[in-house]
Amino acid sequence: MEFTRVNRTTAPEAVAPATETVPPSRRGRRPFTVRRLAPYGYLSPTALLIIVLMVIPIVMVASYSFKDNAIVEENPVFTGLANYTKVLTDSTFLVALKNTFIFISLSTVAHLILGLVFAMLLNTPLLSGVTKAIFRIVYILPWLFTIAVIAVIWRLLLDPAGVVNYILTVVGLAQHGVNWLSSPNTALWALTFINIWCGYPFFMISILAGLQGIPNDLYEAASVDGANAFQRFRNVTIPQLAPVLISMAVLDLIWTSQQFALIWMTTGGGPLNVTEMLSTYTYKQAFSDYEFSTASASAVIVLLLTMILAFFYVRRLQRER
Amino acid sequence: MRTRRKQRIGAKIGVIAGLVVGALFAGLPVLWMLSTSFKANGEVFQTPPRLITKGFSFNAYQHILSDASQLRFFLNSYIVALSVTALTLLVAILASYGFSRFNFPLKRSINAVIVSVQAVPPITLVIPYFGLVVALHLYNTYPGLILTHMVFTLPYAIIMTTAYFNTLPRELDESVKVDGAGGWTALWRILVPISVPGLIAVGVYTFMISWNEYLFALTLTRTDDMRTVPIGIQLLMGQHSYEWNQMMAMSILGSIPVLVLFLIFQRRFIGGLTAGAVKA
Repeated sequence: MEFTRVNRTTAPEAVAPATETVPPSRRGRRPFTVRRLAPYGYLSPTALLIIVLMVIPIVMVASYSFKDNAIVEENPVFTGLANYTKVLTDSTFLVALKNTFIFISLSTVAHLILGLVFAMLLNTPLLSGVTKAIFRIVYILPWLFTIAVIAVIWRLLLDPAGVVNYILTVVGLAQHGVNWLSSPNTALWALTFINIWCGYPFFMISILAGLQGIPNDLYEAASVDGANAFQRFRNVTIPQLAPVLISMAVLDLIWTSQQFALIWMTTGGGPLNVTEMLSTYTYKQAFSDYEFSTASASAVIVLLLTMILAFFYVRRLQRER
Repeated sequence: MRTRRKQRIGAKIGVIAGLVVGALFAGLPVLWMLSTSFKANGEVFQTPPRLITKGFSFNAYQHILSDASQLRFFLNSYIVALSVTALTLLVAILASYGFSRFNFPLKRSINAVIVSVQAVPPITLVIPYFGLVVALHLYNTYPGLILTHMVFTLPYAIIMTTAYFNTLPRELDESVKVDGAGGWTALWRILVPISVPGLIAVGVYTFMISWNEYLFALTLTRTDDMRTVPIGIQLLMGQHSYEWNQMMAMSILGSIPVLVLFLIFQRRFIGGLTAGAVKA
């Protein structure tokens, strides 16, 4: 930054990258207060929206969570932590917590592995650019469909009479059609599989960009040192990708924990709560049972859990800068 | 020499085999959806399954496209997604200019707030939104949906646009200011026109998020004439739960806008997306 500033005053025609500092010579052209207030002016619409759509709602949901019969009654009574005790001792909530944990950790690990494998295949120097471009479009496809469509596709494929069961019986892996999404033994795994299928492309795209950013010299240097393909992968690719992989993993944990539409449209949290997640639990409390107070307590717990993850993500981003 | 060439060919076959397996994993479910949309409903679960059946026809599409209540879902989705895109771009351009070209106290904190907004769970927000939207008489209206969708689209748009503005040299906007114009003119006359490629990526992503949004559309609208495409697909699932061919046709029609946008702007889109996600 220091370098570009010096460079700019000595050779103003040289195009320097945008930096956060203003050259001293430009300062004071406009009244000092205008310059100081200008950025707040540009940010005011954003600030207003964030206050209306984020700050006020969070205050509202927090206050609902300490009251009885929020939203439903005009003047709900303050009840302290009663709603939190109710939620935290509800066995369904605890099951939802466990299911969410299984669902998000399996999804994230699988997204990471699939994303890495596919990105490395697509990054191969052995095939032409056109071939790779076609494969890349096919690989991104699952990510381009809205969750409602994903749900419909997999309900068709996983139907007891559907094509997945047909193949499994022909191969001999199953005797008769399995009702993947309605059987308590399989529903959570089937749901996790669908989520893996529709979520890996985002990882793949980011990892691919990361792979293309690794300087070739590193691989060449490793080859000169006699490293084989696996050693190059372990000692060059993985360390170089680590920042991207970690950021993506944290983001994915956050996003997957927020998954609602897919669960709602495939299993609805059933059968027997085996696919109940924090999101569906909260939704049902609010919009099926109209228990807005307990729903709010659950929503605040979900927010706190997410904030722990988000804290690590934001800190990582700011450290990288 | 010969063993090296053999190794190379072996590696190539391995890579192609891997790519094909992956492509089947990703593509077959989509192909099956497409194929089902052309079947007669009685043929959907026939054994052995076939990609193209005797009853191949466009009937399912005709049925959806001649049904006014189905078309209404599309109209609603377009109105909401296009409004969200326009408003998001406008607000994000202003904010990104502030972030990219000014230094001010609180900059880091405000930026951290915007990044963390992305992490706030929609399920936490939907309860107070329900209360707010009803209180503001926006329940079951377009503005209610447009406003609430922006909570998802804005943070990402600001991060991506700021990253794009940061790649443009400051001399560009300073050159107009020499002529006595202010930052406002520099932004709209110089910065925005040059940034069109980056803004397209932001716009496409914003449109996708809004077009695909489900939870708010489900809770903040009530009547069928206000529902968007994702809810429309779900309603089709409930009404005639066994009209699989129509459900698939509706799904494909509902996916076309996003697919087309993605194919046209693929390169820019992926570039902009990774710039925003990884480097932020």
